[in-house]
Amino acid sequence: MPPTLPLLEHAEGDLGYSSDLCAYARISLAYADVGACPNGERDMPLPDFVLCCNNICNCMMKWYENLGKHLGIPVIMIDVPYSNDYDIDEKRIAYVGAQFRAAIKQLEEITGKTWDEDKFQEVCRRSSECGRLWLEAASYTNYKPSPVNGFELFNHMAVATVARGREESVDAFRMLIDDYRSFVANNESNWHAPENHRIMFEGIACWPYLRATLTPLKEAGVNTTAMVYGPAFGLTYRTFDEMVEAYCSVPNAVNLERSVELRKQVGAAGKIDGGLVHINRSCKMWSGFAPELARRVSADLGVPMITFDGDQADPRNFSEAQYQTRVEGLVEIMESTGKGA
Amino acid sequence: MVYYNDMDYYLGIDVGSTASKCVVVDASGEIVARGLHPTGAGTVGPRACVDEALAQVPDLPSADDVASSCATGYGRHLEAWTTMQMSELSCHAKGAAHLFEGVRTVIDIGGQDAKVLSLDEGGRLVDFVMNDKCAAGTGRFLDVMAGVFGCAVANLSELDREATEIAAISSTCTVFAESEVISKLAAGTPIPNIVAGVHESVVERTHGLAKRAGVTPNVAMTGGVALNDSLRERLERRIGLPVATSPLAQFAGAYGAALHACGQGGNA
Repeated sequence: MPPTLPLLEHAEGDLGYSSDLCAYARISLAYADVGACPNGERDMPLPDFVLCCNNICNCMMKWYENLGKHLGIPVIMIDVPYSNDYDIDEKRIAYVGAQFRAAIKQLEEITGKTWDEDKFQEVCRRSSECGRLWLEAASYTNYKPSPVNGFELFNHMAVATVARGREESVDAFRMLIDDYRSFVANNESNWHAPENHRIMFEGIACWPYLRATLTPLKEAGVNTTAMVYGPAFGLTYRTFDEMVEAYCSVPNAVNLERSVELRKQVGAAGKIDGGLVHINRSCKMWSGFAPELARRVSADLGVPMITFDGDQADPRNFSEAQYQTRVEGLVEIMESTGKGA
Repeated sequence: MVYYNDMDYYLGIDVGSTASKCVVVDASGEIVARGLHPTGAGTVGPRACVDEALAQVPDLPSADDVASSCATGYGRHLEAWTTMQMSELSCHAKGAAHLFEGVRTVIDIGGQDAKVLSLDEGGRLVDFVMNDKCAAGTGRFLDVMAGVFGCAVANLSELDREATEIAAISSTCTVFAESEVISKLAAGTPIPNIVAGVHESVVERTHGLAKRAGVTPNVAMTGGVALNDSLRERLERRIGLPVATSPLAQFAGAYGAALHACGQGGNA
């Protein structure tokens, strides 16, 4: 049984949440209630407060509000509005920046600690260095043939996601780049299959089925050489305002035109022959966005983009057979239209 | 009975979720035999449809004697005895390209899939859109509804023709739609009117898929649901274009698979 399933069932049964709610939210809310992992592994302590920034997801606002109420802990909210303009203007930076400053005061009160500007600058420097190195590592998929199994980025991105401010993360990405550099120098790759085709994987990973989503691609010699989701966590900034701008510029917060441009850039750099778009049932906003995004990228780059249904964390919302058919269809189109090697 | 001597035969088998279809072609791609069994993957269906087809070709005693074979459909990977396996997308595209001259858009409604295929001028598959995980708008949806009406799915078309108005079905979920149909029956709504509503709901979902894929004439329909004339005519009216079909519509996937085995035509 997938380890998340008991938590999803607890959220839907004991807590009464709808199964249409984001699976991350359901799992998190259930964990807050149960306080332990169903398989007895990796228990995490429950929080003393929650800090919610909605730049990647508006569902988080109610989710974290409910966490706060359920656990009886303070909620600090930083609202980052979706940007309908291409660029992030000064008003947005001022609005979000003011909330960060207010959050600092709230945190001082909650924790009893005082803000340390020097430490902030140090963490900013390290985070930016980490972001820069992560982007450099991820860019190795642009080599043709790629020295990297593109799905590997789904694993390494965890470091950039949750530990960007740590020195160990900087070291880890330097080691990763050294590995990739030596692969290139020695004409090696950790993609242990032919690279008949190169594709973009659009959207979040189907986490409960990483192997199931990779295997049909590997069997067909299809390497993932472009994605926005993983490298999106490679943020670089030097000042407070630049950090705020980075928060406002994450992929889920920017408008359709900018999103399309970003995909076209990584798609062209990754020399893709096609694309696979994950329609993530957990994320209603992105499920609405992705088909039009795919249509525009397909038209502008002249490559087929195929969608499949799945979920970031609910194992019940994915069908291996349906996924396999879509991958095979994509491969057959790429082959019949002369895309790829 | 057709007799062939010293000829190579090519076999295609389409193992779907609700039916198994087999087509045997000769070296020129002409259909020489076909078989159909109303059960799909993991049942006796695949074997039965092959046996039915082989029985029509006396100089082809067993499937081992074909020059090449190709399996398609959801159960294709279970047919390890075949020379090759291909997705039903390419197979339906190829089968339709041979059945319908100049076809550019293929609407295939099978047991658990509804898909719209875009073909280029050479009949090659260049894009496709499929239904999501939900069974609404598929053949299975119609099977469930026929069960509620207590009729064979083959009779739905005739019932639709008796409709005096459309009793709209608003639910897209098969289970909810079934409840809605039962409520309408209980309220005394005539069955033909509900059948018309059921057909309209399938047409609406199919039209949505077709719009996403883009509709370029000529348009053709394959899969078992293509045999439902009333539904197909409703689809024509919704799309605003003729939607061609063929008595062989249900065999399009198997035919395409046989043509792939035979190396006929451009695709792959």
